[in-house]
Amino acid sequence: MMAASRHGLDSMDSAHTHARAGHDGGLQVAIARKAFESPPNLVLENIEFNVAPGEFVAIVGPSGAGKSTLLNIVAGLDRHYEGRAGASGTSEAGEWKARIGYVFQAPRLMPWLSALDNVRLVLPPDSASADTAREVLREVGLEGYEDAYPGQLSGGMQRRVALARAFGVNPALLLMDEPFGSLDEPLAWRLREHLQSLWLHRRSMVLFVTHNLEEALSLADRVLFLSPRPARVVLEQVVDLPRPRRRDDPGVERLRSELLAHHPELLAGRTGDGEATGTASASTGSS
Amino acid sequence: MTGPAPRRPLPGLRSLSLLGFAALWQLAAWAAASDLLPTPAAVLASLWGHAKSGELGYHLQITLARVAVSFLIAMAVGTAIGILMGRSRRLDVTLDGVLVLGLNIPALVTIILCYVWFGLTEVAAILAVSINKIPTVVVTVREGAKAVDRGLMEVAKVYRVGKLTTLFKVYLPQLYPYLMAAARSGLALIWKIVLVVELLGRSNGVGFQLGNYFHFFDIESILAYTLAFAAVIMLVEAVGMRPLERRFTRWRS
Repeated sequence: MMAASRHGLDSMDSAHTHARAGHDGGLQVAIARKAFESPPNLVLENIEFNVAPGEFVAIVGPSGAGKSTLLNIVAGLDRHYEGRAGASGTSEAGEWKARIGYVFQAPRLMPWLSALDNVRLVLPPDSASADTAREVLREVGLEGYEDAYPGQLSGGMQRRVALARAFGVNPALLLMDEPFGSLDEPLAWRLREHLQSLWLHRRSMVLFVTHNLEEALSLADRVLFLSPRPARVVLEQVVDLPRPRRRDDPGVERLRSELLAHHPELLAGRTGDGEATGTASASTGSS
Repeated sequence: MTGPAPRRPLPGLRSLSLLGFAALWQLAAWAAASDLLPTPAAVLASLWGHAKSGELGYHLQITLARVAVSFLIAMAVGTAIGILMGRSRRLDVTLDGVLVLGLNIPALVTIILCYVWFGLTEVAAILAVSINKIPTVVVTVREGAKAVDRGLMEVAKVYRVGKLTTLFKVYLPQLYPYLMAAARSGLALIWKIVLVVELLGRSNGVGFQLGNYFHFFDIESILAYTLAFAAVIMLVEAVGMRPLERRFTRWRS
């Protein structure tokens, strides 16, 4: 289904992804059409991909491509679309739907609840919830700030509370919408490394939306590149680099330059042979 | 809704203004030297007399009970309708005409009609007061419901937060400033209407007593009752409303 639009740079790319796709308990997205009515506006068209259990998939696309809309559909917040987005396989289709963690673009904390209560809000109301909440807050480095209200926390700390909230539910599927978008780079990198270690530890499915290519390549097992509206997947890139990947990882840097050499307008959502293709083709496989 | 400035009143300023008012009153009473404007001291003496006989306490208690019941009914019904109208545009448009009508019907008309249709009963009295207040609660709460942050509601939805928890921890806290505004203006409006209701169709309560003293031109007693009732309402405001508001806005600090 996607073969026509895939330009693998990595020769093992296709075999790899095909083996992973369609796992039971994974996520399967096949949206035929998603449009907004006012103003009339086609946002997504024929967008199809799978996420295997335990896989970290990043979605990169130009701003306004409909990435957040896509996440909202997967989260079940937006049901007005044609197609399907849900658990793959036949067994207990909605089983993990009960355990979705969603880190929105803004922290979206309840201003009237303390950091601890913001995390507890989404946990099952039992006696263990306070301990769980304390633990995830400690994991994101907010020990000692449990009783602070969001208004007393910095923007970066609020984001970390939102991360803790998502981790707290031990999600089977973690949706992240540019979660480190407006942070300064050193802090963003601390949180990225933190996310990696948590993910290595817990192995949930992650769907990570960003427009930052380096971030996507640093975090993901696989990166999907979207076109401008109406968005569809124009390129799929497997990132088979060892973890943990740190800031300025040479492998990530190399992959990034190769991709951009091959597809100079990739971040604008356009693939195709750029002027640099000739020189870059030596290091890439056939498509 | 409230500004970011700290709202702690300057200590003493509140009582100072009341003292100033009492001083002005005293001066006016001296200047007038008439039975129609008794001095503060005379009014206090009258207050003491009514209180000692137990008569003041009895009527005050009855009036307060009526205020409490109609206040609770008006807040509950008004809040429910306001939330529904704020959430559904269709309902908002449908009920808007009735709401404007309700806001503009004079309290006196509602009271008379309730007494005529339902008799000179307690139910009619409470109903009349509640009907007068409900529209203003609806208007305030509707604004709040329209301003509810969809993003926060989505958080509750994605994380499958239970319905009751969502209501009390996510939804209603967004309405608290509006509910507080409705409650404060509500209390002020309701006790005034309750007195009219008592004057027109009840045989007890502060309003009924004021009517009696009016017939005898007993200004001292009228002012004594007024003073007692105003004091009680200020007490409710001080020990009920203000701490409640501080509790709800603690997180703003």
